[in-house]
Amino acid sequence: MSKIPAIQTDTLTRIYKIRGGKKSDPKELVALKDVTIEVPRSELFGLLGPNGAGKTTLIKVLTTLLAPTLGRAFVAGYDVTKEPHEIRARINMVSGGESSGYGLLTVRENLWMFSQFYGIPSREANRRIKELLEVVGLGDRINTKSSDLSSGLRQKMNIVRGFMTDPEVLFLDEPTLGLDVGAARDVRRFIRDWMDESKDRTILLTTHHMVEAEQLCDRVAIINEGRVLACDKPTALKQQLQQAAIYHLQISPLDGITPETFERIRGVHHFTYRSQDGSATLEFILEEDDVLATVLNQLTAHDIHLLNLEKREPSLEDVFIHLVGMSMEEVERGEVD
Amino acid sequence: MSRTATVSRLSKRERNVREPLRSFFTAAWLGWQIESNWTDPFLFAVYSIIKPIAGAAILVVMYGIITRGAFESPLFVYIYLGNAFYIYVGSVMNGVSWAVIDDREHYKTLKYIYIAPIHAPFYLVGRGVARFLTATISVLVTITAGMLFLNLQLDLGTVNWPMFLAALALGVILLANMGLMLAGVTLMIAHHVWFIGDAVAGALYLFSGAIFPLEVLPNWLRPVGFAMPLTYWLELLRRALVGQVAESFPTLSHVSNGQLFGILLGLTAIFGIMGIIMFRWCEHQARERGLIDRVTNY
Repeated sequence: MSKIPAIQTDTLTRIYKIRGGKKSDPKELVALKDVTIEVPRSELFGLLGPNGAGKTTLIKVLTTLLAPTLGRAFVAGYDVTKEPHEIRARINMVSGGESSGYGLLTVRENLWMFSQFYGIPSREANRRIKELLEVVGLGDRINTKSSDLSSGLRQKMNIVRGFMTDPEVLFLDEPTLGLDVGAARDVRRFIRDWMDESKDRTILLTTHHMVEAEQLCDRVAIINEGRVLACDKPTALKQQLQQAAIYHLQISPLDGITPETFERIRGVHHFTYRSQDGSATLEFILEEDDVLATVLNQLTAHDIHLLNLEKREPSLEDVFIHLVGMSMEEVERGEVD
Repeated sequence: MSRTATVSRLSKRERNVREPLRSFFTAAWLGWQIESNWTDPFLFAVYSIIKPIAGAAILVVMYGIITRGAFESPLFVYIYLGNAFYIYVGSVMNGVSWAVIDDREHYKTLKYIYIAPIHAPFYLVGRGVARFLTATISVLVTITAGMLFLNLQLDLGTVNWPMFLAALALGVILLANMGLMLAGVTLMIAHHVWFIGDAVAGALYLFSGAIFPLEVLPNWLRPVGFAMPLTYWLELLRRALVGQVAESFPTLSHVSNGQLFGILLGLTAIFGIMGIIMFRWCEHQARERGLIDRVTNY
């Protein structure tokens, strides 16, 4: 196995010029800022972040679809700017949530056509197509026109398109987006099995599903507003919060008290509030367990009943909150991708 | 890792030969699957038979009124053949450039094709092959209709076939290169991409001697016609098909067939180089600006 990293970036920056701005004062959007990562071969590396964080932009740069503005990036040891053709022979990509494909071709024809671009002999291509379609549960649709497939099945066809060429480095951009729960689970299992089959394979996977990142990835980089905030094994990332206390409280509705009251309590790192029918839930990341007493005192002082209290282990979501100060959902609500 | 092994075993020189070929042939196959999807024979008839005949009929009616029915005049053959072969201009040029729009906007596959180890110009030219074949049907239908119903003076026994085929091949290569330039422009812009091919083909129609000799143009516009390789291409086709008639027109009568071939060859080479350079420049710009996979939804 080669010692050259599968992916390497060095202070990679990508700035988009936004149309509509004055020529003398063009608007700019920094999609990636000084991103430096290194992914060794045989690793399943995850990029975790909300929509608009820069995950897809990074994949576009690494797959040679987009030129970097500053910095350098290498895939399989080749420079994305100077040697894109060398990279293209060694990679593939699957983007979730889209229904690309030639609708008038059958599933087999669509896949066969792409295999020819990679120089795979027809017989070998047909063998792989059949095998992979069986694995993803599309075996009985091999001769169906892709226009007759549902969007979920089309996505499975595209997943086969990505894996079929057996790339050295595979880029999966939100591969389970738009899939139902069962199909997403099957795809995750397939991805993990594919990685376990060979030490020569590397995957860079983007997701905003914490569970997906935790289940699949050997290492995860947390990205927000174009910057990599942390990069480590999921367990190591969560260990950063080992000292913190994370509590889930179910209470009676907040009357006579605003949620902001809790933010002002010393030792509360973060808290979220959700109101449901007849009750409310509070999630706290506290500096230490002792802070909980102050929180509970506030509830008692305002005659709010505690219905349930649960302490839980930190998740990647908590790590994200710890780093960004907001949950992914809150970031997404405040920004447009 | 059989694929990776295949890639690494191939020398750069082998890849330089194989990749363009497989890009071209696979794209030609795909283009034909799309173009020949004649699930609706009526639509096929409209596009490949009725439309070109209707276009020729309009021209014939106008010609009949202006010349008071002088269909025996060599001018009629000149106009009719020029118009018939001009079908190739829109079809081949658009066929090549349209692949960008089709793959990017309609099938949403352009980004997957772009990141594959293909040779993009050969892929695009391959996609134009099917349009060349369907255009050939239209040209044949138009000429046959002229011979059957309009007494078009075309004697297949006197046609200089080697010259005709050579000129046709050279012209198609030229049109493919022009299509490549348009494909580059199409990669760069979001607005009006649908109309570029038609607009360019329409503009060239006036200056290429397709339907009237260049002498009809004002003096200051004639150089545009002489700079157009299509002018020499259409002249060569006419000379190959109806030699005596075509040579009776003044525009290029002082130029021999060999000279015409030389000029066309030279201009095709220039357009070929320009096509590649322009496409690569546009591709570079599109990659810099992040336009390769942009779906405009216009």
